[in-house]
Amino acid sequence: MFLKKVAVAGAMSALMATGAYACEINARVSVVGNEFPAIQSVGAGAQACTGAEVSTNLTADHQKINVAGMQGNPAEYTSAIVANSSIVGLMNEDVIRPIGDLVEKHGQDLQKSQLITIGGEVMAVAFMANAQHLVYRADVLEQIGVEAPTTYEELLAAAKMIRDQGIMENPVGGAYAAGWNLAQEFNNMFLGMGGSHFKAGSAEPSVNSEAGVATLEMMKALSEYMNPDFLTHDSNATNAEYRAGNVALMNMWGSRAATLVTADGVPQEVVDGFAIAGPMTVGGGSTPASTLWWDGWTVSKNISDEEAEATFIAMMNGISPSMMESEEIRTQAVWLIDGYEPTPAAVGVFAAAGMDTIPYPMLPYMGLMHGALGAELTDFMNGSESAEQALKDIEAAYIAAAKEKGFL
Amino acid sequence: MRHSTFFWFFLPTGLAMILFIAMPIVSVVTQSLFTPHEAVLISVENCGPFGCTQETTIDQDATAAIRDAEPLGRFVGLQIYADRGHIAVSEVTEAWQTTDSLGAFFNRLANLPFYRAMAFTLVFVFVVTPMVIASGLVIALAVNTVTARLKGIVIFFSLLPFVINPLIGSLVLFWMIDSRGILGNAIQWMAADPTLSLKASTGLMWISLIIYGIWHASPFAFVIFYAGLQTLPTDQLEAAQIDGATRLQRVRYVIVPHLMPLMTFVALMQLMDNFRIFEPIIGFSAEAHARSLSWAIFNDLAGETRQLSSAAATSVITIIGVAILLSPVLVRTWRDFKGKA
Repeated sequence: MFLKKVAVAGAMSALMATGAYACEINARVSVVGNEFPAIQSVGAGAQACTGAEVSTNLTADHQKINVAGMQGNPAEYTSAIVANSSIVGLMNEDVIRPIGDLVEKHGQDLQKSQLITIGGEVMAVAFMANAQHLVYRADVLEQIGVEAPTTYEELLAAAKMIRDQGIMENPVGGAYAAGWNLAQEFNNMFLGMGGSHFKAGSAEPSVNSEAGVATLEMMKALSEYMNPDFLTHDSNATNAEYRAGNVALMNMWGSRAATLVTADGVPQEVVDGFAIAGPMTVGGGSTPASTLWWDGWTVSKNISDEEAEATFIAMMNGISPSMMESEEIRTQAVWLIDGYEPTPAAVGVFAAAGMDTIPYPMLPYMGLMHGALGAELTDFMNGSESAEQALKDIEAAYIAAAKEKGFL
Repeated sequence: MRHSTFFWFFLPTGLAMILFIAMPIVSVVTQSLFTPHEAVLISVENCGPFGCTQETTIDQDATAAIRDAEPLGRFVGLQIYADRGHIAVSEVTEAWQTTDSLGAFFNRLANLPFYRAMAFTLVFVFVVTPMVIASGLVIALAVNTVTARLKGIVIFFSLLPFVINPLIGSLVLFWMIDSRGILGNAIQWMAADPTLSLKASTGLMWISLIIYGIWHASPFAFVIFYAGLQTLPTDQLEAAQIDGATRLQRVRYVIVPHLMPLMTFVALMQLMDNFRIFEPIIGFSAEAHARSLSWAIFNDLAGETRQLSSAAATSVITIIGVAILLSPVLVRTWRDFKGKA
């Protein structure tokens, strides 16, 4: 018992020393969220609170469990860390509460831009921005004598030169894993081609269009320069390829790019050649082939008011401005927190925001479209059907799902 | 056994079966006949770090009122079963009317999620099940001849594939067959083709999954057959030997008939298990090439917007599929039982 107290006291003083200020709560806090360095920092900040237990479940599979874990009463999770795509699933099922009153009481440190308001009610507090953008090997591009590409057409030309000169066999990387990742790459390219997923003001799909065909053709052209296993490569596997020095050009999340070459065992030339640029445009358009994202936290509806307040206080501690004193945490993301000074790792996301990249659509039926894309694009990507047929299949799969959920 | 004794003996099992088997099935069937209410959509102003936009969202108050009035949702009968994600009645009819050859028709079918899943599932079931029985028998016969001192350790190692969690086992294999993994590299070397990738080819992916299925389930068949071999009457074997039967003939005419009831049992279990193939598809990230009904259920539930009705309908179809697969074996067992009585 004594030893335990000493250990707790030691941990406490260590936390104080690293700048987390006192945070007292009196009810349980339980957080579910995605798993990447910035979110882990937020979770650790929330766990620095004392007075009641703060547990976190940070996993790449968060969106498969968050609704189920928040539908019970009382809910298992008192907070879910979400992005502009995944908040829609929680809104659709009505499992998160408006937090305007808590913002007024405890949210003095927040900036107005951090508040996600939907129909006038604050539903989430955003803490970082994210976007996919170009990550490349400056040394390899220097070797072939080209500048960092600003369009996908330039990227293809550079990839061809790298392969032809025998520098790398498959110089292009991309998170093209069947499912969510592949669908997201389609979304990026499709918006860059000037497409729009739905007919204006309705839930009717409109991906089967010229922009859709052009999108698929570009994705196919890129995949020719990727590792043949690309349909199994998610962000983690793509990053591993980059770290191993097999990839020179890839479209990667800002939140992952910052820490890309800090892993153990990355060859020195990969560390030295590591460079970040903004998102690329495609097909002569001016809108980047990327989407803007925010990550933020919510508070569950099906919990007591005490738990909601404790959750809000703990999560506020997880995004406290004092965190911005740490160089390591600052590098992890483009923080929306007061006191954040951009680091060199943030240029990609800032460029994306500056180029008027379209935010990922927050529509109730976008999740169904994303799912249909993820399931139906694979046939085209592995060469067993035409672009037109794939787009027809996507619309048919989406329509079946949207009818079931009552959107059509 | 007197009827009342049987009743009290069976009651706890019966209750557990109602609670854990019958009621969930009733709930799934009910779920598959209802869908969520039509969404009440409103346009609101959303604000965030990237400015304000006018966007569509669900009107929660109106939706809650409709839900309270009819908590089960809209009754749609068999509509979910008939939609494109399942039996796809109208798509199949259209494909039948517009194609002029069977090949083209099956091509169109393979493009529909349900038939694509069935194609892989049935191939998997009908290749893996007999192979598992065969390899289980061979391992059992081999282990039976090992000296008693080594038996323990040989049995332990033969059982390992079955002991390992399917997801872990398939992940380990998945990394090994990666084009940069040890098996993947070896295959590239043997085929003298440095670009060969198991994960990029549908055919090779199916073969990998089938080999995994056999590897994983053979110990199950082995352990059952091995137990059966211990009950083999030695006088029959000796009699066959005296009659001049070769080893192969002894297996064919004495051992296999003796193990037949166990083979039926293993076949039943394997048909059921293989029809529900799921973990290897996830472990191998094989969804681009091979899908199953269980994968479809998982996919419906894992999206950002969960499709409970669709998942429920697929579950009911899975139950029906298992029942159809098992029916020949069950009918035979029933006949044997009647014959004995």
